[in-house]
Amino acid sequence: MSLVKLSGIRKSFGSVEVLKGVDMTVREGEVVAMIGRSGSGKSTLLRSVNGLERIDAGVIEVDGECVDPGQIDLRALRLKVGMVFQQFNLFPHLSAGENVMLALKVVKRMGKADTRAAAEQALARVGLGHKFDAYPSQLSGGQQQRVAIARSLAMQPKVLLCDEITSALDPELVNEVLSVVRKLAEEGMTLILVTHEMRFAREVCDQLVFMHGGRIIEQGPPVALFDRPSTPELAQFVGMVEAR
Amino acid sequence: MAYRFDFTSLWDYAPVLVHGVATTVGLTVAGTVLGVGIGIAGAAARNSASRPLRLAVGAYVELIRNTPFLVQLFFIFFGLPSLGIRMPEWAAAVLAMVVNLGAYSTEIIRAGIDATPKGQVEAGASLGMTGPQIFRYIILGPAMGKIWPALSSQIVIVMLGSSVCSQIAAEELSFAANFIQSRNFRPFEVYFAATALYLALAVLTRWILARLGDRLFLKGAARA
Ligand SMILES: Nc1ncnc2c1ncn2[C@@H]1O[C@H](COP(=O)(O)OP(=O)(O)O)[C@@H](O)[C@H]1O
Ligand SMILES: [Mg+2]
Repeated sequence: MSLVKLSGIRKSFGSVEVLKGVDMTVREGEVVAMIGRSGSGKSTLLRSVNGLERIDAGVIEVDGECVDPGQIDLRALRLKVGMVFQQFNLFPHLSAGENVMLALKVVKRMGKADTRAAAEQALARVGLGHKFDAYPSQLSGGQQQRVAIARSLAMQPKVLLCDEITSALDPELVNEVLSVVRKLAEEGMTLILVTHEMRFAREVCDQLVFMHGGRIIEQGPPVALFDRPSTPELAQFVGMVEAR
Repeated sequence: MAYRFDFTSLWDYAPVLVHGVATTVGLTVAGTVLGVGIGIAGAAARNSASRPLRLAVGAYVELIRNTPFLVQLFFIFFGLPSLGIRMPEWAAAVLAMVVNLGAYSTEIIRAGIDATPKGQVEAGASLGMTGPQIFRYIILGPAMGKIWPALSSQIVIVMLGSSVCSQIAAEELSFAANFIQSRNFRPFEVYFAATALYLALAVLTRWILARLGDRLFLKGAARA
């Protein structure tokens, strides 16, 4: 059974078409890595799945929740889809624990004790149970990103989207975030990741999706795609990334 | 003949001065609480999806910012009764201060809101929060923290500007000073005292607002 199903997704900014008909299916528990050159539309696609961008055509289906361009209220979709951003986007005036608790309180309307317990549990899951009262400014980039992951997880989304979540981190902080993602994958979380960490993608992902010019032009198991790219675009992209 | 200062002549009128100070403080507190409340609502409205609402608030802000406070006050106290809307001096004074500070603080608070990183709003949206929830829990606090010094200055300006309300016989500090000097014929001493009292009130107001700002907004971001 597919958990996420995208059909014919189109999106333009002004006169520039950024997504030119994207189809994609993600099964429950699957980990999908999305790769492609900068500007190929990866972020726009992810943001559409979360309802942060309004699509011009096509249908997004997540766990039975259908969204088409006519849909006004995208909150039902957002409750099924968590998102972690490149820039963490923590709320600076709230402690780590409060960052996690806010939406539990005002969106899920959970009681005080339950909210606290759920936040503690979510922070423990990313290895930051001891940082409940720390403010974002007192945390390293890696820790901030892990709080952001905990904040999304606490809402119990069906699928978690991660858009280059290690790109803003100093190299020595990348691994602590990747190992959290790896653990989530092992626990059976459905993940769609935009990443430049090719080794990680190869090791952790079930499916690799290569975007080029607003379309998915190759997809399949990572090993097959990396070792035998069938389009010159992917061959060039793989060569470029591995040369780094 | 040299002028002989005589501050003792003020002593008999101390209760009048105290009443004046108390009225000025009362007008300022009421004007500030309600005015900043309007400012927050106005800033939210200027941020809203409704174009008519944005335009209406924009018109209000421009109208108030481009006309003198004295005329606003006269309009409320002398103009509105023609429409059957009558109120006592103090109420007209409070209303004028609220309307005035409301417009300025709408602009000031909006600047703080505009400085909110878009990513934080998107993070809130991605967690399923509604627009009003995002405004209240994510945008407002840090925005107020950023503009608090500017807002504090505006509050002091409004406090000092309340002296204009003596023109409609609201019994605040300037009214008290005018009254006393018309009785004791000691304008230097009276206005010297009034000046010192305004200065003290302004310094005190700034100090209280700074403490209040620290308590309310000195979290997270400011500890960086
Ligand atoms: N809000 C926007 N307004 C206008 N153009 C945008 C906007 N967001 C993205 N784009 C454009 O859409 C294209 C795809 O961007 P993006 O989805 O961010 O690509 P990627 O994440 O693969 O680098 C780029 O050309 C980018 O400039
Ligand atoms: Mg991107």
